[in-house]
Amino acid sequence: MAKVTMTVNGRTMSAEAEGRTLLSDFLRQGLGLTGTHVGCDTSQCGACTVHVDGLAVKSCSVLAQDVAGAAVTTIEGMANPDGSLSTLQQAFQDHHGLQCGFCTPGMVMSAAALLAENAAPTEAEVRHHLEGNICRCTGYHNIVKAVLAASGQDVGKIGIAAE
Amino acid sequence: MYDFEFVKPASLADAIAAMGREGAQALAGGMTLLPTMKQRLNQPDSLVSLNGLAELKGVSAADGVLTVGAGTTHAVVAATAAAHYPALAALAGQIGDPMVRNRGTLGGSLANNDPAACYPSAVLASGATIVTNSREIAADDYFQGMFATALDDGEIITAVKFPIPDKAAYVKFAQPASRFALTGVFVAKGASGVRVAVTGASEEGVFRWTEAEQALSGRFDASALEGLSVGADGMIGDMHGTPEYRAHLVKVMTKRAVAAAG
Repeated sequence: MAKVTMTVNGRTMSAEAEGRTLLSDFLRQGLGLTGTHVGCDTSQCGACTVHVDGLAVKSCSVLAQDVAGAAVTTIEGMANPDGSLSTLQQAFQDHHGLQCGFCTPGMVMSAAALLAENAAPTEAEVRHHLEGNICRCTGYHNIVKAVLAASGQDVGKIGIAAE
Repeated sequence: MYDFEFVKPASLADAIAAMGREGAQALAGGMTLLPTMKQRLNQPDSLVSLNGLAELKGVSAADGVLTVGAGTTHAVVAATAAAHYPALAALAGQIGDPMVRNRGTLGGSLANNDPAACYPSAVLASGATIVTNSREIAADDYFQGMFATALDDGEIITAVKFPIPDKAAYVKFAQPASRFALTGVFVAKGASGVRVAVTGASEEGVFRWTEAEQALSGRFDASALEGLSVGADGMIGDMHGTPEYRAHLVKVMTKRAVAAAG
């Protein structure tokens, strides 16, 4: 066991971790931040996506000790400072971008990474970027719509809006 | 997964020393190794993270050679190699998904040598040189079958030197769930002639399709491949495709790669 410290959502946080402790388990069990979901635990579904030093990664396939000292952002860090939903989160609610909601934390973190590097992605770019995030409710249309809406684009003009 | 001792050296010298211990294994991006360890198919005594080694990261071009540090992620190669070697950058940008590309590295892919990985085809088709902490290995000598390479125990890949070809392209038929290559073909036309490397198809891992190389050396056009065929012997057969299907894809993907290379 070793004491692992990282900056999570702007706060310096520490907990004990074994060599084999995954970042996802460290966040959930070590730090009590259970917003990061573990769906498949085989790095396929993307529900565990968080940002490490600004880059989206699957936290179930990163060792906690390997990112000691890093700046990590989880879904708990995505709301506005006053606790209200961020533009992206609000768009998921407004456009019904979630059904059971299990994949949503990963979807939001992945979409936020996309919008950070591409402020106005096309529908195709959104779908391509989210290919590492699986929604088993298959609610993809509204997830894509929410991401496009969050980027300030008029989703009334895209093909999927007339459902 | 079974527990292990985690070590993260700050210098290549320390990493080499840590790798010299019994039961040590190198950890790069971990996109294959960690899932494998979760399934208890791999049980190292100690895992030596190479992610703290700045000297293994970066892309630079000089004198017609693109040098990529072994610890450079796919995302960085996709972004920074585009100006020098567009086909290689495009390949890197198609590996896995965005999160995988933010962790996975060139060196990790080559050390693992998955028979369906994309990078081995680029390395072999480019006639690249694999640089390790102790020597340089030509691509033609490096790949030695499925998950097998010329690396010795404890040897660490530090960089890969790609001669930049005049024309090149990589086209893969992606397995839709994993995005590994069901069959992928990298074609490069450079100073050393035309080289065609195929990944995802053979039970022996990446290989050169020499008949296609000869045909394309005469005339670099997809139509030059018309009379050729690839046998199904030794091709991978699984739930995603039969050996015959993969053999068929080799020719189709090669023709598309030649057309894309222009």
